[in-house]
Amino acid sequence: MSTVKVDRRVDHSHHFESMQQEHESGKQGTWLFMATEVMMFGALFTAYFLYRGKYFESWVEGGALLDWKLGALNTVVLLFSSFTMALAVRETQLGHNRKALKYVIFTTVCAFAFLVVKYFEYTGKIHHGLFPSEGMWSYDAQTPQLRLFMVVYFIMTGLHGIHILIGIALMFWLMKRLKNEEFSKDYYTAVEGVGLYWHIVDLIWIYLFPLMYLM
Amino acid sequence: MSTPGTNYINCEKGIWSWLTTIDHKRISLMYFYTILGFFLLGGLFAILLRTELLTAEPMFMNGNQYNRAMTLHGSLMVFMVIVPGIPALLGNFCLPIMVGAKDVAFPKLNLLSWYLLIGGALIAMLSLFWGGVDTGWTFYTPYSSKSADAVTMVVFGAFIMGLSSIMTGLNFLVTIHKLRAPGMTMMRMPLFVWSLYATAIMQVLASPVLGITLLLIVAERVFGIGIFDPNLGGDPVLFQHFFWFYSHPAVYIMVVPAMGVVSEVISTFSQKTIFGYKAIAFSSLGIAFISFLVWGHHMFVSGQSDLAGTIFSVLTMLVGVPTAIKIFNWIATLYKGRIKLDTPMIWTLNFLANFTIGGVTGLFLAAVAVDVHVHDTYFVVAHFHYTMLGGALTGLFSGLYYWFPKMTGRMYNETQGRIAAVLVFIGFNATFIPQFIMGSQGMPRRYHTYDGVFAPYHMASTFGSYILAAGFLFAVYILVRDMFKGEKIEDKNPWGGTTLEWTTQTPPIHENFEEIPTVTGSPYEYR
Repeated sequence: MSTVKVDRRVDHSHHFESMQQEHESGKQGTWLFMATEVMMFGALFTAYFLYRGKYFESWVEGGALLDWKLGALNTVVLLFSSFTMALAVRETQLGHNRKALKYVIFTTVCAFAFLVVKYFEYTGKIHHGLFPSEGMWSYDAQTPQLRLFMVVYFIMTGLHGIHILIGIALMFWLMKRLKNEEFSKDYYTAVEGVGLYWHIVDLIWIYLFPLMYLM
Repeated sequence: MSTPGTNYINCEKGIWSWLTTIDHKRISLMYFYTILGFFLLGGLFAILLRTELLTAEPMFMNGNQYNRAMTLHGSLMVFMVIVPGIPALLGNFCLPIMVGAKDVAFPKLNLLSWYLLIGGALIAMLSLFWGGVDTGWTFYTPYSSKSADAVTMVVFGAFIMGLSSIMTGLNFLVTIHKLRAPGMTMMRMPLFVWSLYATAIMQVLASPVLGITLLLIVAERVFGIGIFDPNLGGDPVLFQHFFWFYSHPAVYIMVVPAMGVVSEVISTFSQKTIFGYKAIAFSSLGIAFISFLVWGHHMFVSGQSDLAGTIFSVLTMLVGVPTAIKIFNWIATLYKGRIKLDTPMIWTLNFLANFTIGGVTGLFLAAVAVDVHVHDTYFVVAHFHYTMLGGALTGLFSGLYYWFPKMTGRMYNETQGRIAAVLVFIGFNATFIPQFIMGSQGMPRRYHTYDGVFAPYHMASTFGSYILAAGFLFAVYILVRDMFKGEKIEDKNPWGGTTLEWTTQTPPIHENFEEIPTVTGSPYEYR
């Protein structure tokens, strides 16, 4: 392999013909990855609606057990983080690495805030015996399938939480690269890609919040 | 520019240069050994199963051991051989060259796909030391969530191999969209590229559903959550829906690339422009589209409604349309061609004969009434072996022999290659025709003993499988031996093919082309 390190700000990788081609490829790859995320969560949404149709009363009982205020708070936090992420992408596109860095830090703080709120929600549920595993479930449910609601709740929000964690890791990667001023007006694929990822994580929560907390 | 005599194989030396390579052609060669290794192992289990079935009474395996060998045979062949087989091995080598690119869009991701396949496979194989798995490759719940064996490991391994498949598909889609050479419009792409395109769509959209389903089984086993457990309100049939939502498109992930190989080989060895280029190209997309709408035909007896069964039945028969379009076009290509019966062509003719039987029996199974009768019998076993072995794997070997000189710069032994291909054809039909017959008479699948009336069929099938195994062993042996000892060739185009890979040096240089070509016409322009 020719291991000459290319300066990505002004040059493309060896197997592309232009920086534009490389950028478009990266962007399309990220969108396709988003499609896999939609399909993966799509299966879980299917399970949610199937069981909701079957055990409607339990879904009502379960929804009432969740604290909609905390859920709403987290929704606001994530929406705001999407806004700061969008600003970070914009600043990188203009070539302002420093300003973008600031916005990525804002976004990361929001991500941590989301997880802190989630931590209090989870521990509260576990404390009340609502964690649906053998030995941890002790809640006195009013309807027969409340446990199944909690299964769906923990799996869907848990998988979403894992995505937030991955997002935080990606943000730290961006921070390092932004600090080194590795991006330019012509090269900002990584920031845009993480931005897209962060928006889909946000978007999934936009569906999870009303389905879990409000219905 | 590269110095004369250097190519992608000898431009760097040492095991490390292979394990860290991001050259799609070198990664393809690594897949070659990986996949053929898994293939031999999976074949070994098949032979053990067939030998056990030689007599109606248990010979050397008890029921438990039989179930484990059967599960391993299925999982190995599906997840480690046929799914990655053609796309990751032949597709990796050919696709960038065929569209006139220097590499795939994401070379590092491409290498990661290989490591994920190896990693997932190792995790799945390690389960052997924890007693193995006896659920069958379908991991049906509730058994898979209760079975005491190392299901968690195999399931997690399959999840990782699924990631590998997704990444290969994603890589190919972006390569096809963004890295085509000047003048290489979509309608000038070789048909193998079209088939990989349709395959990649299915890989990207279907595999994530399998991924989450397998993770749910892991969660079910580790936490006892009960999402598929009827005792806790869960629905085991939901698992079947999820599983087949992936696994039915998956059978087209396996066979559509083989159809692409066949399209290339049939045109080259008939020395004639492919008949119905557009019809073949779009029928691949048609199969990809319909593949997402037919999963319910695996569940005719799982308690789904009659209406759902009827709808799935009709939709399933629709798959026959694009498939038949391909077969008719191939036959029309053969018509009045100057047919050369070299080894790749013999494999392709095997494909035509066997896959057609597999496809037509698929229509039998799509009819609800027939399916209820032969469900879970050897008829089903024979049907999917005709599509998977007679179709997908036969296509893989056709392609391996076809591109072998380009990949290695050496020629295999033609006479021996032909003998192996014919042996496989004879052995294959001798193995599976008896299974059709006993299946239609009610021999259930997945049993290690059987009623004496089926003994002659089982015996014929087992002896057939020995011929089949001999044929495949020989075919693999020729490839591996001649990769090192075959006659060296310099000829860029030993077969007289018309697609771009035949314009490159044999074997190609590191970046494929000295200069990126400009494409001015359609593929398959024979005089």
